[in-house]
Amino acid sequence: MDRNPRKSFQDMILALHDFWSAHGCLILQPYDMRMGAGTFHTATTLRALGPEPWNAAFVQPCRRPTDGRYGENPNRLQHYYQYQVILKPSPPDIQDLYLESLRVIGIDPLKHDIRFVEDDWESPTLGAWGLGWEVWCDGMEVTQFTYFQQMGGFDCKPVAGELTYGLERLAMYIQGVDNVYDLDFNGQGVTYGDVFLENEKQMSKWNFEVAETDALFDLFNKAEAECRNALANEVPIAAYEQAVEASHIFNLLQARGVISVQERASYMGRVRDLARGACEAHMEKEAPVWAEKYPEWSK
Amino acid sequence: MSDFLLELRSEEIPARMQAGARSELEKLFRREMEAAGVEAGEITVWSTPRRLALIARGLPQATEAVSEEAKGPPEGAPDQAIEGFCRKNGVNREQLELRDVKGRNTYFAVIEKPGKATKDLLAEAIPAIVRDFSWPKSMRWGAASISTESLRWVRPLSGIVALLGDDVVDCEVHGVTSGAVTLGHRFHHSGDITIGNADDYAMKLRAGHVIVDHADRQDLIRTGAAKVASEAGLKLVEDEGLVIENAGLTEWPVPLLGRFEEDFLEVPPEVIQLTARVNQKYFVCEDAAGKLANAFICTANIEAEDGGARVVDGNRKVLAARLSDARFFWDVDRKKTLAEHAKGLERITFHEKLGTVADKVDRVAKLARWLVEEGIVKAADPDMAEQAARLAKADLVTEMVGEFPELQGLMGGYYARAEGLPDAVADAIRDHYKPVGQGDEVPTAPVTVAVSLADKLDTLAGFFSVDEKPTGSKDPFALRRAALGVIQLILRNGLRLSVRDTSYAACMMRVSQAKPSEPSGDSKEFEQLDLECDPSFVHEGLPDFLADRLKVQQREAGVRHDLIDAVFALGGEDDLVRLLSRVKALQSFMDTEDGANLLAGYKRAANILKKEDWHGAEGEIARTGEEDPLALVDDPDTKAVVDAKMAERHAKALSYTPEPAEKALMDALATSQPAAAQAIAAEDFSGAMAALASLRAPIDRFFDEVTVNADEENKRAHRLDLLAAFRAAVHKVADFSRIEG
Repeated sequence: MDRNPRKSFQDMILALHDFWSAHGCLILQPYDMRMGAGTFHTATTLRALGPEPWNAAFVQPCRRPTDGRYGENPNRLQHYYQYQVILKPSPPDIQDLYLESLRVIGIDPLKHDIRFVEDDWESPTLGAWGLGWEVWCDGMEVTQFTYFQQMGGFDCKPVAGELTYGLERLAMYIQGVDNVYDLDFNGQGVTYGDVFLENEKQMSKWNFEVAETDALFDLFNKAEAECRNALANEVPIAAYEQAVEASHIFNLLQARGVISVQERASYMGRVRDLARGACEAHMEKEAPVWAEKYPEWSK
Repeated sequence: MSDFLLELRSEEIPARMQAGARSELEKLFRREMEAAGVEAGEITVWSTPRRLALIARGLPQATEAVSEEAKGPPEGAPDQAIEGFCRKNGVNREQLELRDVKGRNTYFAVIEKPGKATKDLLAEAIPAIVRDFSWPKSMRWGAASISTESLRWVRPLSGIVALLGDDVVDCEVHGVTSGAVTLGHRFHHSGDITIGNADDYAMKLRAGHVIVDHADRQDLIRTGAAKVASEAGLKLVEDEGLVIENAGLTEWPVPLLGRFEEDFLEVPPEVIQLTARVNQKYFVCEDAAGKLANAFICTANIEAEDGGARVVDGNRKVLAARLSDARFFWDVDRKKTLAEHAKGLERITFHEKLGTVADKVDRVAKLARWLVEEGIVKAADPDMAEQAARLAKADLVTEMVGEFPELQGLMGGYYARAEGLPDAVADAIRDHYKPVGQGDEVPTAPVTVAVSLADKLDTLAGFFSVDEKPTGSKDPFALRRAALGVIQLILRNGLRLSVRDTSYAACMMRVSQAKPSEPSGDSKEFEQLDLECDPSFVHEGLPDFLADRLKVQQREAGVRHDLIDAVFALGGEDDLVRLLSRVKALQSFMDTEDGANLLAGYKRAANILKKEDWHGAEGEIARTGEEDPLALVDDPDTKAVVDAKMAERHAKALSYTPEPAEKALMDALATSQPAAAQAIAAEDFSGAMAALASLRAPIDRFFDEVTVNADEENKRAHRLDLLAAFRAAVHKVADFSRIEG
């Protein structure tokens, strides 16, 4: 069946799947939890640790409650998709592969001005940072390109390359559409708005106005406690999930405007402690296995 | 002689790091060549986003053989010493030569160092350069990064071209091997480019759509942007920073002009320019009348097949989305008055011990009013000063400043005008952060001066009161800059104030905000207030800190530091304007012949007094333990005592007939001392200097004609006293002991 990534949002995603699959990536599915970025997927964070090679690509729905605009802004959404590719170790031709993937979805770099502009990435929450670029297409940021240097406070050995495509932006660009809700979803006239507009309206209202804040505070505390419970019982992946949960609850509390500037730092610190704790525990648990399999590796 | 070419290719190097990388490359290359003994002549360095290049002209084929000699121990020295000398120089005992040194037979080692091929030296130098290269931020990558010992570079290093003449310099750095092959433009050229030598490098790259000389690319952007602007009937707003940044982002720069919707021009031009510049790296244009035009110029990295129409259209959309955001902020922000916005400052902590920004604003408002009402800032309306201060920080909580923090102040000014506030208030809101550092414009509008000064004084007094003073290189709250701002405001506007009193007033604004921790208590001692500050820190530390910064500032402005010290050493002065005019008068005086001679006389007198350990009448008072005798003399209680002592001394002194030169100096002191004091009281410092100048001839004559160390004790004492009095008179004007020369 022919794909038509220029006219269909889903074909664009499928074309990326085809491309990265052909280049040796596992095609994974989204993580089944609410999270702010594809980087939170365990296929990125936890797999960025340790010496084992890891190549994967997946779509991750991202939730950023404060970005909700009740479906009224043509560019901003509280729920959108990222396409993540993680290549460990970063291959020498990673830039060429990436540019080839752009051609596959219909961006010709002799017609469009593609640029790699310095943009370093840091997530204090994950104790992670990397160097790289934001990739510009005619002045628009379409991808975040990062060489992970640290994750969970540990040096990445080896370094993974992470590509994060902003799918809606890219599709708007490729389809020549000025409003995200006008995107053709399937190439047969079903629009992005048909699928998500009502969702954006309701979820914006819930994020900003409805969500019961006492319950949210409660959830935050429970996630924190459960994370510690999981850590105490040496199941770091479960602990990590609770850190992700706490992080999202914190974002919701922010959207509800009930966290003061002073409290903000303290909440972020608590989330960071959870995420780092989980990464550390994961590392502790796996390190002996990794060290045995890869003698040149050390924690 | 051969030319050497080195190209280090990498994935995109951040534009802002390229200039530094060029000098680093040249520096390291020179270091390596010097260590290898190769004369490195003319060196050229170039950069693009994807490569650093160095060309060194006229390197020798090999270094010359050298014969070095080392002098060792004399003949007959212990064997150990001789053997040690041999080991150190890598020779054996039989190779040593004996030579005569000042009549002693001495061992010499002659070490022959053969010449080395430059190519071999370069092959060793290149890896060293790469390994030692210092980047502001560097990273690891690829399979090798399983060890943290792997190579670090700004982004992955992907290739090395190294050619001496036409020959490849073979070397390898962490798996990257050198060769003659490079790559052209990322999109305009496919396949390898083989470089022949340094001479065809730039040309072959140009054929591959890469302009390797960054200066050439900068020129292309500068002239190209101006050209597309003028073709559209507009004038480019020049921006050298953008020229350099865009040249660092492109290998084949093509400036393209696009238009945005005219409606956006209702947003303040600074906002549009900033949006275009910071987010998108676009130039903007002006129309013939100098107004911002609805046009932008982006710099593409390709010669697009359609002449760039698609590129421009894409960029236009991005800019439009950004400008829509800006216009949205502009509209939303104006729905509230600044006074309403200011309420949001209650939620922002200024510093944990100094309350919220709203608390700060309250203090600044009171202090601004105080400065006007005290007559320190003249010709300002106190109500306007207070109002402007109350609104000055309100824009910090607007959407626009949240997005573009660098627009703080400026946006407040726009919003103030939009809601119809008086120009003096709007201007004060806009400019109250100024001056930001040396060289920035210093406000002169009275209301602005009051707000700006109050803001900075409050910051200084506040942080001093909680003992957060700058130490060494650490100045997290930019207090040095605030102090410099205070100094510039005072000097530029000739503000007459006592630094001590004003610091105290600033501190009291904070104290008055504190609530008693025990409401029942009637004592409002500081320690019982709900206040984590100690006003004594301000009183003690701030005037000295400001004096210190004034010294630094004046030194940087080229005033002789010894003259500054001479005036500052007097202490007790906390009116900066007065302090400085005294320094200036002293400087002019020291440039005159009188000044220079008086200084010589002073030094001679001071030396004699020091040698005799003579402190004079004033000296006895000074020995009470106070640091500054003059401060004591100003004290009315002590003054009577001093005067009595002085009179006693002088009465004693008149027990013989003074010599004519001695009498002349006494008379001169009797007239010039009051004259100098009077002039100083009237702040006529050149007058004070002139009074001092009148002492020059008498002191010179005194030294010529009078013997200080007379045999008669009464004469000697009187003459030493006279010198002490002379020294004291001079000290009223400046501490001449600090002056060099």
